[in-house]
Amino acid sequence: MKSNSEGLIIDGVVAHIDRDNIDTDQIIPTEYLKSIKKFGFEDYLFDGWRYKDDGKLGVTKEERIIDKSFILNKEPYNESKILLSRDNFGCGSSREHAVWALRDFGIKAVIASSFGDIFYNNSFKNGLLPIILDKNEIEFLFSETKQNVLELSIDLEKKEIIYNQKCITFEVEKHLIDRIIFGLDDIDITFKDKDKIIDFEKNRISTRPWIFK
Amino acid sequence: MKTLYDKLWEEHHVTQLDSGESLLYIDRHYLHEVTSPQAFEGLSKKNLKPWRLDANIATPDHNVPTTRGNNFTSDLINDEISKIQVVELDKNCNKFGIKQFDIQSNKQGIVHVIGPELGYTLPGMTIVCGDSHTSTHGALGCLAMGIGTSEVEHVLATQCLKVSKLKNMNVRFEGVPQVNVSSKDIVLYLIGKIGTAGGTGYAIEFSGSYIDKLSVEGRMTICNMAIEAGAKVGLIAPDETTIDYVKKNSFLDDELFNQAKQCWKSLRTDDKAVFDNEIEIDVSKIKPQVTWGTSPEMVVNFDDPIPTIIDSNEESKKNVELARSYMGIQNESKLSDLVFDKVFIGSCTNSRIEDLRQAAEIVKGKTIAENISEAIVVPGSGLVKEQAENEGLDKVFTDAGFIWRDPGCSMCLGMNPDQLKPHERCASTSNRNFEGRQGYLGRTHLMSPIMAAFTAINGTVGDPS
Repeated sequence: MKSNSEGLIIDGVVAHIDRDNIDTDQIIPTEYLKSIKKFGFEDYLFDGWRYKDDGKLGVTKEERIIDKSFILNKEPYNESKILLSRDNFGCGSSREHAVWALRDFGIKAVIASSFGDIFYNNSFKNGLLPIILDKNEIEFLFSETKQNVLELSIDLEKKEIIYNQKCITFEVEKHLIDRIIFGLDDIDITFKDKDKIIDFEKNRISTRPWIFK
Repeated sequence: MKTLYDKLWEEHHVTQLDSGESLLYIDRHYLHEVTSPQAFEGLSKKNLKPWRLDANIATPDHNVPTTRGNNFTSDLINDEISKIQVVELDKNCNKFGIKQFDIQSNKQGIVHVIGPELGYTLPGMTIVCGDSHTSTHGALGCLAMGIGTSEVEHVLATQCLKVSKLKNMNVRFEGVPQVNVSSKDIVLYLIGKIGTAGGTGYAIEFSGSYIDKLSVEGRMTICNMAIEAGAKVGLIAPDETTIDYVKKNSFLDDELFNQAKQCWKSLRTDDKAVFDNEIEIDVSKIKPQVTWGTSPEMVVNFDDPIPTIIDSNEESKKNVELARSYMGIQNESKLSDLVFDKVFIGSCTNSRIEDLRQAAEIVKGKTIAENISEAIVVPGSGLVKEQAENEGLDKVFTDAGFIWRDPGCSMCLGMNPDQLKPHERCASTSNRNFEGRQGYLGRTHLMSPIMAAFTAINGTVGDPS
C-alpha cells in the first residue's frame, strides 16, 4: 500500500474470478491448515484451481504442475493486489488461513457483491480490505475485464474506487478501515476496558455461578 | 419486546466501544488443534496468559486418525505434519493449564459433540470456538458462533469478543415430517430455499411445532448448518426437552442446577418481539434432500431432476455448469442415476447416537452394495462410540460391511487419512460439499444418515421407505 498526499491507496491490476460462493476451502484447502504458522501460505492460495495436481504442505510452487489457464498464473494478474468476484465470497469455514493466503500472495483488497460474515471480519484483522459493491457495479467491472486488463485505484480514506476517471464509492465502517490504515491491535484496545470486564465478571459470578463451575 | 438473541446479547454486554462495536463476555471457549496454535503463539509473544482458565476446554479432532485402537498417543500419528499440530495442542494446554480431553481420553471427540454431552455447554451461555460449526451449541439456547484465530487469541487474553450486533431472523418449522425425513433434510431444504447467503448478517432463531417436538440432537443438526445458510448464529429457545438433556449430562449439584433452571426459563423470545425477517416452512411437504453440486444450496428432493444449464436462470447458469462439470454429472438426469463409491457417516452435523441409531435401523441385516468400496461410520465422541457399542450398533454396521472407527472430524474435511480419491463419489452426512472438501477432486453429496445408510446398501440414492 502506498501513501499519497490524500491518503492510503491500493492500486493496480485486478484479477477476476467470475463465480459465486467462492468458499474458504477453495481459497485454501484443508491440507494447508496443518501449518502452525501465521505466514507462508502464498503458494497454496486457490490451490485446487492454480495447479493440476494434489499438493501437500511444504511442497513449493516450483514442484507443482501449474494450470496456466488460471488467472493468477497469467501475467500481469500474477502480481495483482486486487481481486474481483461475485456473491458470498469467503463463505464456509472460519479459517483465518484463507485471509492469510490472500495476504501472503499480495492481495490487499477483494471486491465482491457480498462476503461470508466470518471471512469479512477476519480480513480487517490482517490488513485485507473487503469491498462490497452492488451487483450492477460488479457486473460493470466484470464487463470491463473483457475488453482489456482492468486497473483500479482504491482510496481507503475517501472510500472510493477510481477507474478511468470514473469514481465508485463504497461503504465500510470507519472502525474497520481504521484497523487497516493504522494497523491497530484489538487486544491492546480491549485492555483499555479491563476494569469493566473485571466488574462484569464479578457480577456474573454472583448471579450465574453455575457457569463458573 | 425482545428476541432470544437480543436477551442473550444484552446479558453478556460488557460495554459499547467508541467504534460502535460491543464487547461481549464469553462464558465458554472451545479449542482444537487447527485454529489455536497461532493464537497461543500470539499470547506467548505478548507475554499474556488466558484470562479465565476454566472457561476453556480443548480436544484434538480435525487431524486425528480414526484407526487408533487402544493405547494410542499423539506420537503415533503417521502424518508428521498432523502430528506436530496435535502435539502442539498438548504442549499449549500443559503450558497454560487448559483442560484438554486429549487423544488418549475416552471422552475425546469432535469439539461440538463433546461440549454438550459433557455438560460444558449450558443454556444462556455465550460460546465461541475457532470453527464455524460452533453455531451447533445454539441448539441449547446459547449465543454461539465461530471465530477466526485472531479472535481466539483475543478471547483467550480478554474473555471478550469484539462484535457488532446481528439482525434477527425467525425460521418457523411447522407440521409433522414424513417417514424417513430427519432434521438434516429439513435444514438442507431451508438452505436450498434461502441460499448459502440467505442468513448472512443474521442470527437465526428456529422455532415452530416441529422444533418443539425435536430432540436436542436433531436441534443440533439444524443449528450446526445455520452457517451453511450464511448465519454464524443459529439458536433455539431452551424448553423441557433441553433441560432434560442438560440434566442428564450435568456435573452441577442439584441446588445449583435448580437455580440455573429458573434462570433458563426466561430465555425465550417475547410474544410481541419483532424480527427483521421471518420465514415459515411446512415440513410435512419436505422429502429426503440430497445435494447434487458444490454448494449446500445446490440441493433437491432425492427423486427430482438434477438442474441443467437449460432450465437455470441467466444468473446461475455459470454456477450450474461449473458444479455439474466438477461433480462429473453428464447425461444422468436424476441423483438415483449416479453410482456411488464411498459412504461417510459422521461429522459434527450427524455423528451423535440418534444419527447412528437411525442409520443402523436401515442397515440392519443387509449388506453394502458391490459398488461401494468403503463405508465408514465415525462416532462423534468416545462416549457416543461407547453408547453405540453398548447398544450393539457397531455390530450392525460391521456385519453389513461398514468399517467402525474412532472419533474425529474424519472425512468431513479429510485432514486426516480419511479422504476421497480423485473423482470418487461419496454419500456423506457432513455439512459441506465444496470442491475438494473430502479430498482432491472428490465428489460429495450431502444427505441424512438415513439416506447415506440407504445409499450404502442400495449403491445409489433412492427411497429409503
